[in-house]
Amino acid sequence: MRNARATQLLFELARPGRRSAQLPACDVPEVPLDDLLPAEALSPAPPPLPELSEPELVRHFTNLSTQNMSVDTHFYPLGSCTMKYNPKRNERLASLPGMIDLHPYQPSATLQGLLELLDGLQQMLAEIAGLPAVSLQPAAGAQGELTSLLIAAAHFRTLGQKRTKVLTPDSAHGTNPASAAMAGFDTVQVKSTPAGFVEMEDLAAKLDDSVAVFMITNPNTLGMFDRQIGEIAKRVHDLGGLLYLDGANMNAILGITRPGDFGADMMHFNPHKTFSGPHGGGGPGAGPIAVSEALAPYLPVPVIVRDGDRYELEYDRPQSIGRVRSFFGNVGVLVRSYCYLRTHGPEGLRRVSENAVLNANYLLSKVKHIFPVPQGDRCMHEFVASGARLKSDRGVSAMDVAKRLLDYGFHAPTVYFPPIVREAMMIEPTETETKETLDAFAETLFRITEEPPDLLCEAPHTTSISRPDEVRAARQPVMSWRAE
Amino acid sequence: MSLAQARSNRVGDARGEATQHDETMPYVANTTDDQRAMLDAIGLESLDELFEAIPEELRLKRPLAIPPALSEMELTAHLTALAGKNASAGEKVCFLGGGSYDHFIPAIVDHVAARGEFYTSYTPYQPEASQGNLQVFFEYQTLITQLTGMDVSNASLYDGGSAAAEAVLMAVTTTKRHGRVVTANSVHPEYREILATYLANLGIELVTVGTPEGTVSPAELAAQINGDTACVLVQHPNFFGCLEEVDALAAAAHDAGALLVVAVDPISLGLLKRPGDYGADIVVAEGQSLGSPMSFGGPYLGIMACREQHVRRMPGRIAGETVDRRGKRCFVLTLQTREQHIRREKATSNICTNQGLFALRAAVYLAAMGPVGIRQTAELCLRKARYASGRLTADTSLVPAFSRPTFKEFVVRCPHGNVEAALERASESGYLAGVPLSRWYDDLADCFLVAVTERRTQDEIDGLAACLKELTCSNA
Ligand SMILES: Cc1ncc(COP(=O)(O)O)c(C=O)c1O
Repeated sequence: MRNARATQLLFELARPGRRSAQLPACDVPEVPLDDLLPAEALSPAPPPLPELSEPELVRHFTNLSTQNMSVDTHFYPLGSCTMKYNPKRNERLASLPGMIDLHPYQPSATLQGLLELLDGLQQMLAEIAGLPAVSLQPAAGAQGELTSLLIAAAHFRTLGQKRTKVLTPDSAHGTNPASAAMAGFDTVQVKSTPAGFVEMEDLAAKLDDSVAVFMITNPNTLGMFDRQIGEIAKRVHDLGGLLYLDGANMNAILGITRPGDFGADMMHFNPHKTFSGPHGGGGPGAGPIAVSEALAPYLPVPVIVRDGDRYELEYDRPQSIGRVRSFFGNVGVLVRSYCYLRTHGPEGLRRVSENAVLNANYLLSKVKHIFPVPQGDRCMHEFVASGARLKSDRGVSAMDVAKRLLDYGFHAPTVYFPPIVREAMMIEPTETETKETLDAFAETLFRITEEPPDLLCEAPHTTSISRPDEVRAARQPVMSWRAE
Repeated sequence: MSLAQARSNRVGDARGEATQHDETMPYVANTTDDQRAMLDAIGLESLDELFEAIPEELRLKRPLAIPPALSEMELTAHLTALAGKNASAGEKVCFLGGGSYDHFIPAIVDHVAARGEFYTSYTPYQPEASQGNLQVFFEYQTLITQLTGMDVSNASLYDGGSAAAEAVLMAVTTTKRHGRVVTANSVHPEYREILATYLANLGIELVTVGTPEGTVSPAELAAQINGDTACVLVQHPNFFGCLEEVDALAAAAHDAGALLVVAVDPISLGLLKRPGDYGADIVVAEGQSLGSPMSFGGPYLGIMACREQHVRRMPGRIAGETVDRRGKRCFVLTLQTREQHIRREKATSNICTNQGLFALRAAVYLAAMGPVGIRQTAELCLRKARYASGRLTADTSLVPAFSRPTFKEFVVRCPHGNVEAALERASESGYLAGVPLSRWYDDLADCFLVAVTERRTQDEIDGLAACLKELTCSNA
């Protein structure tokens, strides 16, 4: 139960002289520090960290945890984020000492089990992607995008082609254009139709031989599968460009269709979404990528190679783009993904997608009577409802609805994204929710639309805080605690 | 047969299901009855119709070729068997470092991080439902500023290496100098590889100053900084474990109008002067040392802190303090106009998902250590590392590669014999004795890097010396 008293900061709770950690006595000869290091390198005093006892720390952090909504405690239909259940067996298995107490520079002879696992994961991802070559190095989806775009740049350098542009649909996630800019490309937006599909005329107008990559999310950020994908891929390829698939929405199509089969040359996975790696309050995730045979030589180093039944890490890859992250990658997340995939097998994975899409369509069939869903009656794993009518009729915004949901014990959907829908509420139930939960959520949405606008504009009323003053936070930024 | 029954058969038949809820859906609640009711509500006959939007010719017409499903018991047995083929740091004594270390992790770190409310939540987009995470990030940021002596910290980046590259990009936009970046050979080679990869298409020249003595000469560094140099990237203590002359390096950078970006070992700050006190402009670090397992390289924690005037160019999430409508103190994500979800291609970085749970781990670790614990940890590392370098170079034929003062790591040269072979045999005898440097440094091909944390005992160090004595001398 939430403890209303527990809002003090660590620094306010601290008192000089309190201790939590206990360290052993030094068992090697105690040479004076001055004999070991030059005086100018030393700090006169240790860093001014807070001093607390262990019981206080545990209570502090435990009480803080109760001020969060989470998948373990609440329905969390945050669109685009695939907040599905995080299996507990994966937590236990990923924490086995033989998985976790491994140094990244251990000799590969002492890592054969882990390398076997990672190699197995690569093979499964390649099969799901329909693309043969995988790198597990990128640390999140956005870094997978960047890595792939750097691969594209290296590929066109090898071909001696100067291609300076990356195209993204206007419905794209913000990381797509941001990654393109980081990789040194100019970004150009392609318009979407009202249903969120690529506007083919606009694509044709913007596509030429200066375009390196078209980045597409399919199913897209409205939760719709763009059936033009075959034609889009053909047009991009005809002009010598590459098609990138943002795989954030893979939860809809596992075992049903494969990016490689519908024309993608490269893609990233978000294992923290699709493969149930817990989101950790904002990470860690991982961002493995899969690419075509032609792009495989450019993958980051090291790659796992198999020689008979021995696994090795190979660093000597002359065409590789290099590295985007130190060491191997977010291995702990990858181990959980492996566990998830092995738990499901081919049938199970397909059923994950079937039920994710079933749950989303079922919820859509209920929500559309409350909030219009501009894209139509059907969706893949998520859909975007519009609060525009409620806004114009009663002055209640999508944000108000989102905040009021919290009072009823539901996390809010993603709001105001994608930018192409007014008062957008992007709802992704995932396959791990029950019909009863979806019914209760839809009923609550309906109930909220009947509530007085005053009540809604002030919501939430039951959370640990009311609405924060975000303008003040940005105008007078206070980003750390300071002693008065 | 009623319509409902007919549908029941169709849903069931399509999958050949005998049971209400089959085993390949361990985390799905929908029974066949649920599915039928839901399809009815949608107005569909079968699950297949859900996918009508996907053109027939693009569908996968066969099951995925991946291994069959495993039950929890089978999966446990399988993972346990795989784990058994690895040699964990518990089985061999670990003297490996180079950016990942076998430091002690207090039990409360694991305990707190295992709270479902922390690890199964996401980025705090709804602050009213995320005060736990937001306050933790605010506390983490404060702890990092206390540790580094800098003004502002973000809420995490991916790892130390990509944080270093992000810091350089931030320096470029801050100074508006797009010509050159100067670094040193003593910076972690993987960090420099990442930087080179990130800079590959940006037209920025990367100059690397040699470090034959184990540290970078401030004069040689200064000679490479020109009027279009955005920053200098150094590491302190550096990749070889040596302390750099940071005051002089800061002066060299600042004299030429460039920023000083420094990568630090957070544990060393229990003892060493804080970067904020010697003039660093941006500080980055690998946060793994602060309460996270080595985990074969990740997930880790990219730490980044800077001076207040640069914060609007900083990448990543930042938690800020404000008040709610009732005037109560609370926390939000702030300065979001730096970020990709608002600014898209003009954002300071593409980072979205970061390493929140590992920032939490670091916060619990630092709070548990306090000033005394972090100081003691740093002193234990220093004393044990010096004892180890003394024993290794006195008892064996190994010689120190450099003469500069070191913190918890040092490089030894193996004048007789083959480093790789010696390390392999040491591993067979139960010691992960060091990281060979030949992969990165031709001139150090006969050297390896030894790291000694507070966890190593005198017995283990003596054992390593005895083992290496046999190996390096018998190799001679
Ligand atoms: C559609 C889409 N693309 C890309 C990303 C970026 O992935 P990540 O947060 O793992 O970097 C996200 C999610 O956050 C997303 O929803």
